[in-house]
Amino acid sequence: MLDLPNLIICGLLFVSVFFEIFLLLTFLENKGAMKKPENKPSQDFPTATIVIPCFNEEESIFGTVESLLALDYPKDKLKIMIIDDGSTDNSWNLMQKYQGHPMIELYKKENGGKHTALNFAISKSTSDIIGCLDADSFVSPNALKDIVAYFSDPKTMAVTPAIKIYNPDNILRHVQKVEYDWGIFLRKMLSFVDALYVTPGPFSFFRKEVFKNLGPYRKAHNTEDMEMAMRLQTNGYKIKNCHTAFVYTIAPHKFSKLFTQRLRWTHGFLKNVIDYRDLFFNSKQGNLGFFVLPVMIISAFSTLWLASSFILNILSKVQTWFLNWQAVNFNIRPLNMFHLNLEWFYLNTSIITFIGIFSIILMITFVLIGRKISEGSFKLRKDILYFFIIYPFIAPTWLAKSVYNIVLSKKTSWR
Amino acid sequence: MPNLNWKKYLWTLLITVAIFITAFTLSNYFNDKKINNLKDIADKISTDIMSSETQYDLLAESSCKDITSNVLSQELNTLAQKLTYSEQNLNDNSSDLLRLKTYYTLLQIKDYLLMKKISVKCGTKPVFILYFYSKDCAECEQQGYVLTYLREQYPDLRIYSFDYNLDNPALHTLISLYKVKNTLPALVINDKVTNGFIDKDKLTATLPAWMLATSTATTTKGVSTSTKK
Repeated sequence: MLDLPNLIICGLLFVSVFFEIFLLLTFLENKGAMKKPENKPSQDFPTATIVIPCFNEEESIFGTVESLLALDYPKDKLKIMIIDDGSTDNSWNLMQKYQGHPMIELYKKENGGKHTALNFAISKSTSDIIGCLDADSFVSPNALKDIVAYFSDPKTMAVTPAIKIYNPDNILRHVQKVEYDWGIFLRKMLSFVDALYVTPGPFSFFRKEVFKNLGPYRKAHNTEDMEMAMRLQTNGYKIKNCHTAFVYTIAPHKFSKLFTQRLRWTHGFLKNVIDYRDLFFNSKQGNLGFFVLPVMIISAFSTLWLASSFILNILSKVQTWFLNWQAVNFNIRPLNMFHLNLEWFYLNTSIITFIGIFSIILMITFVLIGRKISEGSFKLRKDILYFFIIYPFIAPTWLAKSVYNIVLSKKTSWR
Repeated sequence: MPNLNWKKYLWTLLITVAIFITAFTLSNYFNDKKINNLKDIADKISTDIMSSETQYDLLAESSCKDITSNVLSQELNTLAQKLTYSEQNLNDNSSDLLRLKTYYTLLQIKDYLLMKKISVKCGTKPVFILYFYSKDCAECEQQGYVLTYLREQYPDLRIYSFDYNLDNPALHTLISLYKVKNTLPALVINDKVTNGFIDKDKLTATLPAWMLATSTATTTKGVSTSTKK
């Protein structure tokens, strides 16, 4: 039988395949509902406020504002609030261009962090629904109308969009594009089972009652969008995902930036999960507390476990090479070392291999479904290959660092 | 429970378990095929040894050049290599593997005895190295590399490797015959026992001059000793 390390890997694989099958069944169950628009857009549009918190965003602020002005939505029902959170660059001067625009309000306040800028705007807003758009993101013209359609269900308290990468132009961004395509699929499925645990910063909308009843945004370990979603879930407020409301975000273009961003996300996720541990296995909670959150924690653990066993494996190979070099100055063919013999006998035929292949195929399927949602067609491109080659090496880095930080109680920064 | 759909979870569980059973069956199927492949090779070697023995008996009074002897070592090496790989990678079927390893050990001893007989009769001076290793011996891995290297350099060298701790009467006899102590790695070079790691240069120095002259860099077939682990 399998030895203990392999048994653990088998157990972790079982959880991830179980989760994948769960997503697949959810997809098959709801496939029909995804094709037709969720609800007929009501003629009676609610008033909406979109907040743009802005801290040193002189490069992208125009694109963001212009994309909002291009939204297909009644002009008299839409308000855009740009909050300069104490920028030290030229942002504030550039914004003056919009001074006096009937749909735009400009505010400047002392720097206090994103959540304070949001709360500042929320306190000023009188609209029915309030959303936010980071100053590095753009929206597609139909986004708000599609989102509003979901609010026709009076129980829906928040609606999240489908986030895409703006103009992926290098390998790292292509890798993130695959990840975001997967995210588009995952969020829609989690929406079907009422288990969304993030209301992403860019273009998630809330009914104003949410803030009235549950209070304003909190700092929440620099991930105020996760905290807000978990607070909604704790109070039984419904969050839905609108998979046709596209938001384009500018992704980090180099590893160090990506690392900082992901460290903040992962660290925030783990910290908020600790703060909201009551969600786990709570009799009032359904899929989220009993299944999705525990699976997320387990998958964080498996990522670390698999990465460390992979590193140990590489180390033992290096040791073998070294011993060999000591003994006979590398008089061995690399082929023999790694059993890359072409004979079928040397193919790995363990149960882990088969399950692993199956799991990867399902994962690719999900990415393709996400791509179908976001681009309208299934396209199997090279970026999926990049993803499977690069992601396993980079994802464990921020995960490991954030676990390390939590253990030593260090804080993360935004940039 | 607000939105827990137990039926769906049950289906998910059933499908997941079905996938694992399928993967388990597939894995077993291929591993069995591998074991059978090993058995086939071992059987073929056994037949070859038997025919060499028979040939030897038949030609007892005839000329030496008719006896084909070198065919065998190649197959023994293939078997050794695959056995080593299987020991590392097939987690189950360990009883089958153990039996095959014992079989391999016996085949090596038989080949060794036959080759010795032939060398005596024909007056050739081959070099026999019996190599004893164990799974938990620190320097065995390196000794294995050295021997693999030598085998590639000098194809006429006859190297046999034995797991010191394998429980087999014939192996026990071989060990007590040469009084091989339990300080591993141990080498028996033409009936002379040495314990402990011997590096490449020292080992090469013990080889006869005629063999050094035949050194070849052109050996390209996959050769490997059944080394540590």
